[in-house]
Amino acid sequence: MLGMRLRLSLLVLSMVALAPLAATAADPIRIGAIFSVTGPAAFLGEPERNTAKMLEEDLNKAGGLLGRKVEIIVYDDETDATKAVTAADRLLKRDRVVAIVGPSTSGNTLAIIPKVEEARVPLISCAAAKKIVDPVKRWVFKTPQSDELAVQKIFAYAKAAGVRRIALVTASDAFGAAGRDELKAAAGKYDLAIVADEVFGPKDTDMTAQLTKIKGTDAQALIVWGTNPGPAVIARNRVQLGIKTPLYMSHGVASPKFIELAGPENAEGILLPAGRLIAEEQIPASHPQKKLLAAYIKDYEARFKQPVSTFGGYAYDGILLIAQAIGNTKSADPSAIRDGLEKIRGFWGTTGEYNFSPEDHAGLTEEAFVMVRITKGNWEILK
Amino acid sequence: MPFAAQLLQYVITGATVGATYGLAGLGFTVIFNATEVINFAQGEFVMLGGMLAVFALRWGGVPLPVAVLGSVLLVAGIGVVMDWLTIRPLRGRSVITLIIVTIGVSILLRGGAMLLFGKDTFALPPFSAGGPITIEGATLLPQSLWVAGVTLLTLVLMKLYFEHTLLGKAMLACACDRKAAALMGISVDAMVTLSFALSALVGALGGVILAPITLTSYDVGILLGLKGFAACALGGLGNPFGAVAGGVILGILESLAAGLLSSGYKDAVAFVILLLLLFLRPAGLFGARRAERA
Repeated sequence: MLGMRLRLSLLVLSMVALAPLAATAADPIRIGAIFSVTGPAAFLGEPERNTAKMLEEDLNKAGGLLGRKVEIIVYDDETDATKAVTAADRLLKRDRVVAIVGPSTSGNTLAIIPKVEEARVPLISCAAAKKIVDPVKRWVFKTPQSDELAVQKIFAYAKAAGVRRIALVTASDAFGAAGRDELKAAAGKYDLAIVADEVFGPKDTDMTAQLTKIKGTDAQALIVWGTNPGPAVIARNRVQLGIKTPLYMSHGVASPKFIELAGPENAEGILLPAGRLIAEEQIPASHPQKKLLAAYIKDYEARFKQPVSTFGGYAYDGILLIAQAIGNTKSADPSAIRDGLEKIRGFWGTTGEYNFSPEDHAGLTEEAFVMVRITKGNWEILK
Repeated sequence: MPFAAQLLQYVITGATVGATYGLAGLGFTVIFNATEVINFAQGEFVMLGGMLAVFALRWGGVPLPVAVLGSVLLVAGIGVVMDWLTIRPLRGRSVITLIIVTIGVSILLRGGAMLLFGKDTFALPPFSAGGPITIEGATLLPQSLWVAGVTLLTLVLMKLYFEHTLLGKAMLACACDRKAAALMGISVDAMVTLSFALSALVGALGGVILAPITLTSYDVGILLGLKGFAACALGGLGNPFGAVAGGVILGILESLAAGLLSSGYKDAVAFVILLLLLFLRPAGLFGARRAERA
């Protein structure tokens, strides 16, 4: 009993003694991260967490930033907005991070924005919704392509292919609903008439009812917006029903998992906008992203023994953007990082070329996407 | 596509999906008949049936029929272990306590499956090769015939078991009156264990025959459990035929609602009809009307 009390007081004493050291320059630069490592959005959060851990090691191996070690503190929000807010509080108040990467989903990002604004710490979200950066918020940036860019890419391609009437099938979750809004808003600009507007639940296991209804219309293209497994079920049901109408999907299914779930025979011919990461081997060596993507894929797959995903790339870009801003401004002060981020131009990440400005905190154009066609179970970049 | 063909397509689709609700519902019925407990881990049995078969193929490299049968038997074993570890030690406690325990088990099984198999969705190859079959303009997957066949067979066997075998009647007796059943020389513990094995087996069967059509992941059990319970309620709790019929009706209602009304409201439409029916016939469509004493 006495021994325990003695040990405890020693512990307290040592903590008090060490406390003043916390403020010295040799202290690591702490970057926070909130990802949905578990829960429904785990397919986003897991590769993001892995990527963050990999970059932490790589940055430190290269000597850290400004001569200081880098520490990336990752919390799992379990795809729950309340937990994301708690994690943000911990990062801002206890860990005193200089910037935050994440959260993985749009809903969780919107939930923590008030926290980072109040604490005046820059946030680079790994979620796609336009709402995150429109209107522009002083402290908030994001790395993924906005849905609106994906919609533009699809519509431009479909229109050139002679499509005039489209049928929409969208998931009833946040990703699908945001896509549906963008699709409906932009259809007019491309002279496309929406002849069917169907919805499916993210956990639904059969969409033949929706597709049967669409089969009865004169739609020339089917546009599906959702993340796995729903769209894979649609690809299967479409072949089952013998529907020949061309099928366009969102960038939400741009992963090998989609082809595996749908089955290559059912995925054949599906068109979608995607980042260049998934078809890295088809990118010409002269492209500025080539070296970067090849290195990321090689490192990631060697370390985690699993295929790389586009989603991990969002975290990769976010962390390197922060590192770049710290390097450019020679300061690890939150407001200096924010100013540095806003001045970044022509920065190539895994997703695309970032050009931030006080008016644009997303920084990408539709150039970040290429149109791909699924051919024999592989991605084929279309010209 | 003519309207009649569309309608037929909705019914075929609905009946296929409804059959899984029915098989999940059947599992509820078996345990309920022996213990009066609603086993909320039933959906997890369905999930495990599909997932274990997928991983027997992936990791074990065994042929598909072996994977399917092995997984179904293994899940039956898990049902027995669940009874030994969680239900038997609580014998004599109220039914509500046991129901809460089954919710705990469902969370445990779901979490275990997530850690073991990961969070991805998986597909099982169909049992027989061949493209879709066309009937009057509507199409049907060969796997749907497997679903229909296995469901009907299970139902018939279940009916025969409960009505014409001593073991089945002994099981029913345990639910009616435990004490009297025990006095008649029936081993109540053995009956309860058997009911868990049987219900896990039926659930896993549902999971494994549907996995080629609907895909499977560690968390499909939540929704299937819920829909299976709704199927039971619709058909009349405790009646095996009612559970399957309720499941098929629920599936067809959902599919028609998605096709004819709005796909956004399909779950709502199906559940509103379920509620209305229960107001009018509280014992379910095929349940015996119980005399209520004030």
